[in-house]
Amino acid sequence: MAERPLSPHITVYRWAYTMTLSILHRISGVALAVALLGFVLWLVSASLGADAYARILPLLIGVPAKLLMALAVAALIYHLCNGLRHLAWDLGWGFERADARRSAALVIAASLIAAAVCIYLIFRPGAGIA
Amino acid sequence: MSLRAPLARALHHGTARDGVGHWLIQRVTAAALAPLAIWLLFALLWLPAADYASVSRWIGAGVHPVLLALTVLIGAWHAWLGVQVVIEDYVHGFLPKTIALLCSLFVHVLLASSGVYAVLRIALRSAA
Repeated sequence: MAERPLSPHITVYRWAYTMTLSILHRISGVALAVALLGFVLWLVSASLGADAYARILPLLIGVPAKLLMALAVAALIYHLCNGLRHLAWDLGWGFERADARRSAALVIAASLIAAAVCIYLIFRPGAGIA
Repeated sequence: MSLRAPLARALHHGTARDGVGHWLIQRVTAAALAPLAIWLLFALLWLPAADYASVSRWIGAGVHPVLLALTVLIGAWHAWLGVQVVIEDYVHGFLPKTIALLCSLFVHVLLASSGVYAVLRIALRSAA
């Protein structure tokens, strides 16, 4: 079983900025798996009753928590936008190099705008959970 | 009819015959998660307060428990498939890879089951 082909032989290719989007998709995906862990912990502590929830509440409302939420939200928005790009590819759309580069630019622009709006909402005065 | 030699099959060379299933489920869960994620993002950003009463009321209200349970379940499923690919690409050696894959499976199943259980518990409590 030793000599099987290994998949990411990325170092042999000249760098193209679409590759950055590809690796960011993986990084944001792994980050979202961690965020899911945090989200489930939040649900579980709410299910354990008012006392248990009151103990974790301070962790939710500090600035470090908001920074983590901002990261998770940015990861979610990017992974969602680029994921839709992947789904379009899987349907056979936009696979030409020029199209892939255009959609990459679109994903970056859309993610930056949406993430900026959401991060403002997280840090706005009087924000609820976020 | 298979053109592969019996020895190749015994040594686990070539296709495991479920690669398309993995690929397809990753896409199907992605398509299901897209609207759920947008809903959850907006809902959490507009949640009025983070205290116990408002949070448990929001979790138990209307269709929220159904959507939350679906998000956690499909999210954990999609995350498991994605983390599996990452482990297969970056963790080398049979034993470390197998241990990492098993740990990932167990953690994701634990996440899905405890998340769904928590949502149900809150929803049934606020319904009672």
